Amino acid sequence: MTSGLWELVLRGVWTTVQLLVFGSLLATAVSFVVGVARTHRLWIVRFLAGFYTEVFRGTSALVMIFWVFFVLPLAFGWQLVPMWAGTLALGLTYGAYGSEIVRGALNAVDPAQKEGGIALGFTPWQRLRLIVLPQAVPEMIPSFCNLLIELLKGTALVSVMGMGDLTFSANLVRLALQQSAEIYTYVLLIYFAIAFVLTRLMRSVEKRLKAGAGKEAGTFSAERELKRAQTTGVGGRVA
Amino acid sequence: MKWDWNAVSDFMPEFWHGLLVTLQILALGSLLSFTLGLVWALLMRTPSRWVRWPVGVVTEFVRNTPLLVQLFFLFYVLPEWGLTFSALATGAFAIGLHYSTYTMQVYRAGIEAVPVGQWEAATALNLPRRRTWTAVILPQAIRRVIPALGNYVIAMLKDTPMLMVITVLEMLGRARLFSQQHFQFTEPLTVIGVAFILISYLASLLLRALERRLVR
Repeated sequence: MTSGLWELVLRGVWTTVQLLVFGSLLATAVSFVVGVARTHRLWIVRFLAGFYTEVFRGTSALVMIFWVFFVLPLAFGWQLVPMWAGTLALGLTYGAYGSEIVRGALNAVDPAQKEGGIALGFTPWQRLRLIVLPQAVPEMIPSFCNLLIELLKGTALVSVMGMGDLTFSANLVRLALQQSAEIYTYVLLIYFAIAFVLTRLMRSVEKRLKAGAGKEAGTFSAERELKRAQTTGVGGRVA
Repeated sequence: MKWDWNAVSDFMPEFWHGLLVTLQILALGSLLSFTLGLVWALLMRTPSRWVRWPVGVVTEFVRNTPLLVQLFFLFYVLPEWGLTFSALATGAFAIGLHYSTYTMQVYRAGIEAVPVGQWEAATALNLPRRRTWTAVILPQAIRRVIPALGNYVIAMLKDTPMLMVITVLEMLGRARLFSQQHFQFTEPLTVIGVAFILISYLASLLLRALERRLVR
């Protein structure tokens, strides 16, 4: 591997990280909006949010990316820059999984807490912001950690559309060197390293948030296992 | 926005072929991930840390890296080592291996959920180790985990389009080919998008029914 090829790989890493950051921001926004909407008192809001979740969780992320890249420009005349098209497809898809996490955590908050808020004359928005969310958010972190790793793996899909991310640069290197074992091993290791750093970051975030809500942090990896079904499945539970 | 029903009806024969290939991949991948996952889960319970540690690292590695890159790896590197398989077999193997690292956790949770009394009863009856597993623990554990395993079958279904990149003509591969030949992108892509939503939604309803029956 020459230094020129390494530079190509590094540029790929940068694109992957950018996609990861933008995608996770959009996915977080979508998760919270849709997740909170799923606990709304009006049935039509709940229905629409549930419909969104079923549709975007039901389809494949790669099909979604194809749709955003090929059908949106043709059918609606919206030609997006590849980075934004990728962010949109990933954010909307993974946001649908995230909304399930938010809904689960909101429902897990003791109803007495909400009733307390009502008794004290809090408005619904104040109840959500000051009482429910501070208790629910720390519980979401292990699941969001799983989702973040899934999103990282999802970013590789944009390479199919010719975006120059890490996977795409690996393909270029393979074509340049006419050998694949070395570069794909490196790329897998880089993805693994990014995932490892993300896991560590999320663990420290959870610890801090739990301390803020006056709770003990449990064992992070065990919590992640328990909640894995939320981010990978379409319902159901682990054992 | 133009919608051409003729393009849809032209695409349908291709669609059914693609669906068949997708279901083949899914069947092979599920079978592999169910067996390999159980193997990983059992290996993780061996007393020797020289077994547990490597298995833990390898499965963690496979779980945290993209299936797409793993597909490329298997598709391009295995032939360099003198192992050639069909694209479909390689793809099914990759997807099965990838999801076995998820199903192992499901099995683990299922095995841990078997009450301690069952283990103690097996010891009290002086059942040999193999018999304890095959006749007492696994039948109870597997019954509990079937819905969760089904969940991963649906997740696998949604990952099958990735096999397109290693030249397998499943649903998305066929749609792309059709689009490029006829310059009609909207219809085939929308048809398979809707198909994925329908199939996974129906499968999830089925799973919920199964869950009510199996898990009490």
